[in-house]
Amino acid sequence: MAKRSARPFSVTDLPGFATIAIMAFVALYVPILTLVAYSFNGATSVAVWGGFSLQWYVAAWDNTVVQAAAMRSLGIAACASVLATTVATMAALGTTRTAPFRGQTAIYVAINQPLMVPEIVTAVALLIFFAAIKVATGYTGLAYLVMAHTAFCIPFAYLPIRARLEGMDLSLETAAADLYASRWRTFRYVTLPLLAPGIAAGAMLAFVISLDDVVITEFVKSAGQDTLPTYMLGQMRRAITPETNAISTALLALTVLLLTAFFLLTRKRD
Amino acid sequence: MSEAATAAVAVEGRNLVKAFGQGNAAVRALDDVSVTIAKGEFFTLLGPSGCGKTTLLRLIAGFESPTSGAILLDGRDITALPPNRRPVNTVFQSYALFPHLTVAQNVAFGLQMLGKPKAEVAATVDRMLALVKLEAFAARRTSQLSGGQQQRVALARALAPAPQVLLLDEPLSALDLKLRKEMQTELKRLQTETGITFVFVTHDQEEALTMSDRVAVMSAGQILQTGSPRQIYTRPANRFVASFIGETNFLTARISGGAAHLAGGVIALPAGTADTASATLAIRPEHLRLAPPGTPGALPATVAHSVYFGTDSHLHLRLADGAELVARQQTSADGAAGPEPGTEVGVLIAEGAVQVLQE
Repeated sequence: MAKRSARPFSVTDLPGFATIAIMAFVALYVPILTLVAYSFNGATSVAVWGGFSLQWYVAAWDNTVVQAAAMRSLGIAACASVLATTVATMAALGTTRTAPFRGQTAIYVAINQPLMVPEIVTAVALLIFFAAIKVATGYTGLAYLVMAHTAFCIPFAYLPIRARLEGMDLSLETAAADLYASRWRTFRYVTLPLLAPGIAAGAMLAFVISLDDVVITEFVKSAGQDTLPTYMLGQMRRAITPETNAISTALLALTVLLLTAFFLLTRKRD
Repeated sequence: MSEAATAAVAVEGRNLVKAFGQGNAAVRALDDVSVTIAKGEFFTLLGPSGCGKTTLLRLIAGFESPTSGAILLDGRDITALPPNRRPVNTVFQSYALFPHLTVAQNVAFGLQMLGKPKAEVAATVDRMLALVKLEAFAARRTSQLSGGQQQRVALARALAPAPQVLLLDEPLSALDLKLRKEMQTELKRLQTETGITFVFVTHDQEEALTMSDRVAVMSAGQILQTGSPRQIYTRPANRFVASFIGETNFLTARISGGAAHLAGGVIALPAGTADTASATLAIRPEHLRLAPPGTPGALPATVAHSVYFGTDSHLHLRLADGAELVARQQTSADGAAGPEPGTEVGVLIAEGAVQVLQE
C-alpha cells in the first residue's frame, strides 16, 4: 500500500475504471462486430445464424441499384473532397499567412459553420433553396449534391491543413524568399510540399465525411439520385436483409482504410 | 582595416530607422543608424539581445523594410526591393533548411530559383559541398545530420548563388563550445577563400574579436563604435563598449596637468589630455601589476578576495577611497597561490593602459 501511495495519481487506479472501460468498448464495438458477423450469414434472417456464406456480398455486388448508388457515392465524395480541399487550403493560407486583422475570429467561425449549425437545419434550408433553383433552371443533376457535400466537408479539410500550416517553421518561407524564390515559387516549392500531408489528410477526411452523409443527401437529392447511405436507409424501411449488412461492412472497410491513412499522415514525426 | 576607407563599398545603410508599433507605443529597434561595409570585409554587428543588430541584418536582407532611411548595395538603392530580388543570402540562426529536400537539393535551391542551367547547378553544388566538406552527405535528408553538419549545409546553401553579401544571424549560437571554435575558423576560411563580404551578427564578443575585420558595437538601436577588434578593445569609445567587450575597471578621477588624480595617488596620462573635474578611466585587468606596498608610482590597495580561473586568477583589490579594481594575474609556472585576502599591496598600471572615456 505504501508503494502505491508513492505513485502519482492516475485515473486508472480508481475503483470501477476497468469495468467502465470494458462497458464503453462493448457498447462501441459489439454492435458493429455483430453487423459484420451477420454479413457472412448463410440464412436470410439478420437474427438467426445459418452458417458462413459470402452470398450477401455476391447479391450486393450483382445488384445494379447498389452498383449505381455506390458509383454515385464515390463520384460525389471524390468531387466534393477535391473542391472542399482546394477551398480549405486557400482558406487555411488566408487565415495563417497574413498579419492579424480585424474579424479574424469571425472568419474562423464562418468557415467552420457546418460544424455548429445542426445538419437538419442546413438540410431543410438547402432543400428549399435548391428547389427554387431547380424550378428556375430546370437542372436537376448531381451538381446540387456535390455543392452541398463540398460545403459541409470544408471544415473537415480545413482543420488538419490549418494545423499543419500553424506548425510549420515560418523561417523556411523566409529562407526561400532569401534564395530568390518569388511568392508563388515559395508556395510551390516549399509551402506546398511541406503542407502535402495535411492536404492529403484533409482530403481523406472530407471524402469519408461525404461518403457517409445521410441527412443532407436525403433532403437535397432528386429522384433516382440515391447514394449508398440513402439507398440503405430506404432498404431498411422495407425489409432488413443481410445484404445491407454486407454493404455496411464494405463501407466500414473503406472508411477504416481511409482513416488509417489519415492518422498515418497526421501523426507527429521526429 | 585601413583599406576599408578607400576600398569599394559593398553595403551602405543611411539614417536607418525601424520602429515597431504605433504612436507613443512605438519602439525604435533602430534609431538613425548609418553604416558602411567595405567589399570583401568580415563585418560584425555585436551587441546584447534587443540592441537592433538582427533588425539591421533583416533590413539588409529585405525581410523588413525601414521606417525611414535607405539601404544601398554596391551603390544601388535596394530599399524597395523584396528579398528574392536582392543579391544577398542569409545563414539563419535556426538554419531553416528545407526538411523535404536532400542536402544537395537544399544547396541547389537558390541556383534553381535563379534559373541557372542544370549542369551549372550540379557543378556548383558539388563545389559548395566540397567547400564545406560534406560531399559524402549530398543525398542525405537534413534531419539525418548533426547540428554542425546542418550548419555547414546552411552555409553552402547561402554561398552557392555567389551573393554579393552573406548575412549570418548568430549562426554559431546553437553549437556546443568545441564545435563553435571549429566553425569560427571554418567561417573565416570560407570568407577568405570566397572573398564574399560577410555581415555577421553575434552577441559573443570573443566571436566578434577573433573573426572580424571590423566590428560595430550596438546598443539600444544605435551603433556606438565601429572599428577593428584591436581598436574597440584597446580604445573603447565609451563606457558601454568598454564594459561589453572584455572586462574593464572603471575609476573616477580628476584630471589636471596631464595626470589623473585619485585618492591614493596619481596616474600619468597621454600628453594633451584635457583637464576635467571628474572623468571616467577605463583600465583592463591584465594591465594591472602587483608590487610590494610603497613602491614608487604604485596605488596602495588591499586584496579583498581572489578567483582562480586556471590560466589566471582575478584579484579583487580595494583602493584607499574604497573603489574596487580587478587585476588579472597569470598563474605562475609553479602554481603558487597569489596573495591572501587582507594583504597590503601596491598596484602598478602599465603605461598607456588608461583610457579616458567621454561620457
